Amino acid sequence: MQKVKIFFSIFTAVFMAVIVFSYCHQACADDGLKKITFIPMWSPQAQFAGYYVAYEKGFYKERGLDVGILQGGPDYPPMELLKSGKADFCVMWLASAIQRRSEGLKLVNIAQMVQRSALMLVAKKSSGIFRPQDMDGKKVSLWEGDLQLQPKAFFKKYNLNVNAIQQSYTVNLFLSGGVDVASAMWYNEYHAILNSGINEDELSIFLFDRYGLNFPEDGIYVLEETFNKDPQAAREFIRASIEGWQYAFEHPDEAIEIILKYMKQAGVPANKAHQRWMLNRMKDIVMPQGAAGGMGILKREDYQRVAEELKNNGLIKEIPDYAEFFKALD
Amino acid sequence: MFRNRSLAFKLILFFSGGTAIIFLLIFSVNYTFSKKLIMRYVEENARNFTQSMVNRIETVLRSVKKIPEHIAFFLEEGDLSKEQMIKMMRLVAANNEEIYGIGIGYEPYAFDKEQLYFAPYYFKENGQLKLFENMGSPTYRYFYLDWYQIPRELNQPIWTEPYFDDTLMTTYSTPFYKNIGGERKLTGIICADISLEWLTKMISSIKVLKTGDAYLISKNGTIITHNVKELIMNESIFSVAEDRADAAMRKIGRSMIKGESGFVPFKSIARGKQCWMYYAPVPTTGWSLAVLFPEDELLEDVHRLNRIVGILGLCGMALLLGVIVVISHTITGRLRLMAKAAQAIGSGNLDAPIPVAASGDEVGKLAEAFRYMQASLKEYIRKLMETTAAKERIESELKIAREIQISMLPRIFPPFPHKKEFDIFATMEPAKEVGGDFYDFFLINENKLCLIMGDVSGKGVPAALFMMITKILLKNAGLQDLPADRILSRANDIIALDNDASMFATVFCAILDIETGEVEFANAGHNPPLICRSGAGVEFLEIGKSFVLGPMQGYKFTSRRLKLNPGDIIFLYTDGVTEAMNTKKELFSEGRLKEALTQLKEKSITDIIKALRQEIVGFTQGEPQSDDITMLVVKYNSR
Repeated sequence: MQKVKIFFSIFTAVFMAVIVFSYCHQACADDGLKKITFIPMWSPQAQFAGYYVAYEKGFYKERGLDVGILQGGPDYPPMELLKSGKADFCVMWLASAIQRRSEGLKLVNIAQMVQRSALMLVAKKSSGIFRPQDMDGKKVSLWEGDLQLQPKAFFKKYNLNVNAIQQSYTVNLFLSGGVDVASAMWYNEYHAILNSGINEDELSIFLFDRYGLNFPEDGIYVLEETFNKDPQAAREFIRASIEGWQYAFEHPDEAIEIILKYMKQAGVPANKAHQRWMLNRMKDIVMPQGAAGGMGILKREDYQRVAEELKNNGLIKEIPDYAEFFKALD
Repeated sequence: MFRNRSLAFKLILFFSGGTAIIFLLIFSVNYTFSKKLIMRYVEENARNFTQSMVNRIETVLRSVKKIPEHIAFFLEEGDLSKEQMIKMMRLVAANNEEIYGIGIGYEPYAFDKEQLYFAPYYFKENGQLKLFENMGSPTYRYFYLDWYQIPRELNQPIWTEPYFDDTLMTTYSTPFYKNIGGERKLTGIICADISLEWLTKMISSIKVLKTGDAYLISKNGTIITHNVKELIMNESIFSVAEDRADAAMRKIGRSMIKGESGFVPFKSIARGKQCWMYYAPVPTTGWSLAVLFPEDELLEDVHRLNRIVGILGLCGMALLLGVIVVISHTITGRLRLMAKAAQAIGSGNLDAPIPVAASGDEVGKLAEAFRYMQASLKEYIRKLMETTAAKERIESELKIAREIQISMLPRIFPPFPHKKEFDIFATMEPAKEVGGDFYDFFLINENKLCLIMGDVSGKGVPAALFMMITKILLKNAGLQDLPADRILSRANDIIALDNDASMFATVFCAILDIETGEVEFANAGHNPPLICRSGAGVEFLEIGKSFVLGPMQGYKFTSRRLKLNPGDIIFLYTDGVTEAMNTKKELFSEGRLKEALTQLKEKSITDIIKALRQEIVGFTQGEPQSDDITMLVVKYNSR
């Protein structure tokens, strides 16, 4: 019941984090660099390796940016920081961003970093699930919100009637046999399951991108207003971030050390094997074709697929214009 | 590679090599068995030790889990008011040291139809009891948290994965039910937050041998307690296995979380030290307790024992080596002396001392054999010397016989210096020491010269003796002034009389009338002589057919005649001339003889003979002479 204590300290923790980083950000200001504040979607982990590496290796500074990375966390959505102006850039899921845009928040995607969906369903083969059809009538735990879009489309596609229950932050319910199928991120929960002693060959996995449901995930967003004020800064930020990712993929050991350092600073459990797995999977989904050239591109068809699914679910009324939504690097 | 090494070297090498192998074998068998023995003993100890630890943990956990179960009982059976419920929670939190907090989470609208969340929570903070009347809220939706959701979905009490919250904690959650409309319906979840500080202390106080320790993993494999704080809740046995790419470790981890127990080799989590690990499940929570026994410390006694055995073995080997060196040197020393003696004997010193055989062993027997050999050799050589002496005597006697034989033949030329009517010259070259050829010439009276050329069958001493007799008989008959055929007949009859050995001789006999140059001759199976007429050719004499001298008594020989003119030459010879053989097994032959004489006839008679000798030697090309070569030349001069 650790969440109780977290509950008491959420506000202070986040507040402090913001203050601490902002303070540093202020202190390091007067050197002719453009000040920028960035918030990842979550607490430090290899999912954001590129940004921490770019920061640590000075790629941002090389491009004339003084970037302050705020510490994200489970209870403080980056969107709020963006809206309040406490952060200039943030990482957000494409589906969430389209909805915010549709709701009227003028934000733009300046780089679609994760091009391949890492969301998946996992089942133990021992519960008799080998194919999508086998899930019919089974107990499936799903995350809330936008993370339900793909599973629901998947169930619809295969005409499955599942007993969906809400999934928390851990996979313990799945591990203890409370559900037959659980949601997982390929780079995170899936490895947590493997690292709880279940072998890969004992699991059936369903990566949505392999079932025609590729919803690109992490993208970098900025308010349209901020972007228009200094598009060059946004471009430099993206270039440096891509350099950071490339460096991280080429020097995984160094990247993992950097990540672990930030994780320890943030006081979150740090596990090297887990971060290595995560970085490797990030490479798979950031560079799905293994080519650096296409990094950061939001493909029109991907955008269309996600937006249409949102519209079908009644989450948006109109599909925002692709050209207005995505500002390519050049 | 070893062939030329000394015997001592080989002995030392093979013996010490062999014993080293045997020793190593014994050593390793000893090591394996003593290790096995120790391990069996250790395993039993480890099992008992680990089990007793597990029992201690179990006792606490079981007593703690009774508390929420009792509350559940009260909630189900009694109809408690909110105040009574909170009072009970307070009592429980206050009176149970291990319980850090106690909460009751109700199902949506189960406590109050107006209230989605209802979850009072009593907890300790800085030694003070605090009440949080309702922890449920839109930001703390407890329905979806492990402590609530898992027991709810499983419909059974559970221990949550331990978590770190100032101190290590775990939560025991148990569902409680109410009878609603005759149906037992899940109403909520009671959770007891339990501090595991006592457990951390207990586990970290475990000391095994010098550096061995214990750790606890959760049912997900997460490290719950460990002496290295950074590992706790950060690493799991599987993440360590992944980091090390250690499949065996993952396998052990899987066995641990399945609730199995075992005794396995294991590399310690913190330092990777080689250990033996006993692990056993904590059944209540599904955790697994592992106790590590560092292998080097565990096997310290075995290693010490092995060191001692090793040192003893090495000392023994050294001693053995010394003994072998001494033995091999006493053996090879005697052998070396023997070899020296053998060499001395070989170089001729038959009286060289042979080492005394002090023992009856092989070397002693060898010395004995050597001594016997030495004696035998000496005896043999003595006999050989005697034989050689005898042979030498015979040879010297043969030499004398030859000298006698040669001296029997007229060898002074010119033999009759006062006789100018003829020249005469003869040689005999014996093939062996004593030959069978002979010649003779003598004056019967002032006017008659008798010429004899003969060849006795066989060679050596018997031929020489027979030749002597024949020659004497012929000369004896010749001196009686008999015609040539009668000379042969006379000699033949006497020889044939007692010729048991059936020896025979070929003889040519001629009588030259010095006055007239007339020659009367008879032949007993001898080669036809050659006549060289002055100013004309060379021809063989017509001799007709005749029998040899010796085998047949009373045989009648016939005489023939011819006349010599001044300057004519008669050439007598034996078959040693015509049958001289070269390397190609060709004979010198009568044809070659005739041809040679034709070339040489104008020369002086000594030159003719010398030149013919040269011719024959040239023809034979060094082939050894197989028969006596005898030649006689007479040249008739005018008066």
